[in-house]
Amino acid sequence: MLSLNDPILKREIIMDHYTNPRHKKLVDDPRYLKVNMNSESCIDDLDIQILVEDNIIKDFRFDGVGCTISTASTSILGDLIIDKTVDEALDIVKNYEQMLQEEPFDEEMLEEAVVFKDVSKQANRIKCATIGYNGLKSLLSQIRGDKK
Amino acid sequence: MDVLKIRKDFPMLDNKIMQGHPLVYFDNAATSLKPNQVINAINDYYKNYTSNVHRGDYDLAAFADKNYELARTTVAKFIHANDNEIVFTSGTTASLNLVAHGYALTHLHENDEILLNEAEHASNILPWYDICKQTKAVVKFIPLDDEGKVTPKAFLECINEHTKILSIAQISNVLGYEVDLKEIIRIAHEHQIIVVVDGAQSAPHIPVNVKDLDCDFFCFSAHKMCGPTGVGVLYGKYNLLEETSSTLLGGGMNAKFDRCGNILYKKPPFKFEGGTPAIEGAIGLKAAIDYLNQIGMENIKKYEQELKQYAISKLKELDNVEIYNANSTSGIIAFNIKDVFCQDAGTYFNSLGIAVRSGHHCAKILPDYLHVTGTVRASFYFYNTKEEIDIFVEACKHGGDFLDAFFK
Repeated sequence: MLSLNDPILKREIIMDHYTNPRHKKLVDDPRYLKVNMNSESCIDDLDIQILVEDNIIKDFRFDGVGCTISTASTSILGDLIIDKTVDEALDIVKNYEQMLQEEPFDEEMLEEAVVFKDVSKQANRIKCATIGYNGLKSLLSQIRGDKK
Repeated sequence: MDVLKIRKDFPMLDNKIMQGHPLVYFDNAATSLKPNQVINAINDYYKNYTSNVHRGDYDLAAFADKNYELARTTVAKFIHANDNEIVFTSGTTASLNLVAHGYALTHLHENDEILLNEAEHASNILPWYDICKQTKAVVKFIPLDDEGKVTPKAFLECINEHTKILSIAQISNVLGYEVDLKEIIRIAHEHQIIVVVDGAQSAPHIPVNVKDLDCDFFCFSAHKMCGPTGVGVLYGKYNLLEETSSTLLGGGMNAKFDRCGNILYKKPPFKFEGGTPAIEGAIGLKAAIDYLNQIGMENIKKYEQELKQYAISKLKELDNVEIYNANSTSGIIAFNIKDVFCQDAGTYFNSLGIAVRSGHHCAKILPDYLHVTGTVRASFYFYNTKEEIDIFVEACKHGGDFLDAFFK
């Protein structure tokens, strides 16, 4: 498990996901659901796509303009939720939100995403650190809404 | 100009700490700090003579009335206008919207052209888009020159028989260039074009004389010039204000009305000030103008140019800073730390107690022109110092370490 007490490693992880983001390419495939996320406090402008089949998140993609925090957090989110069930993904999102609100959370579940624990030191960037998560939530609630 | 003495007037400059560092406030193009003189004037109204204006028969109301109208006179003198040409609004945005919806809407027709430019703020673009939707007039953009300026020549080349309105910022809010307004207005009037000036970034920083400029409308906000938020000014030539419709109908702006729907409006400027106005705002604005006048607008202009030149000369020594407006004379610097996303830089400066703006600065078309996704903007006012600029330059030097903001 990643240590929360190693700032150098945490910085390296953020910079790695910023300069070499994973899942950062959209596809033209009607099976994917897509949402555009605009941050109010930053100039982030990201499109997010997911492919859900049999209640499993088969793929997650994003693209657009984003700062270091929004790009790296969305890249890591993709790593976390691919091949998870919708419920598992929502659980991860909930844990992540608890971490940013400085509430108790499950470190193990968040893997690399724990690097964003200190984002709350810079209050105006919490929206950047959650832009991908909010996009995912909006897409998942669309899927659940469709089923009902 | 004794800056250290001036700084003592500002509570926000009295040992204010942000993120563990003394505050360096370089976001003056967004809003300015307020001196005690302004805060006290507002307090005085609330503590000693609270009452509405233009209506009570008692002493307090008469006193409030007198002070509210004295504010109008003070504003008029500040920009060399007549009292009855000064309309109090909620700010530059409201003033520009009033010109668009109260004047342009009833004066423009299909195919008429409104000239803007790519450096304009959202509040000087969106109202015009709306007017175009309603009148089928069209917005055209004057091309910017290589530095991002609007020149009289470029303006002249855009004029045709359909051009009816030019709306332009005297000083642009991102690049800070001052346009040659007098020459532009001379050309405009030769072609019967009405000129609307966004003075939000100029009125706080340079002497403004609307009669000498001969502009038709001039808009500015109190909060960018040491005054309170929520109040601003629309200047209009009186005959044009008479032709402008009220967009805010209600109490205080009508002379009489009856049950058949007949309404007689008051004369300008009162016909535009429906509802209880920002009384504390106008009183605070008066105190702000008195304060600025005491320092002297020429002195303010000169000192800010000095700050700008000092900052540019220091920043040019760094090879990791890209400056987009080195030659503009106002106290605005648009820049990026190389390889650092503008918003990440903004957070990094915050972590060092330095308040700057990053992003689009409401001029969402300009980044396309600069070929960047956004910029960082540092903007000075007369209470800033070279020592603060030194702190800022030192921070820029280490801008590559921007993730420090999260791990200190």
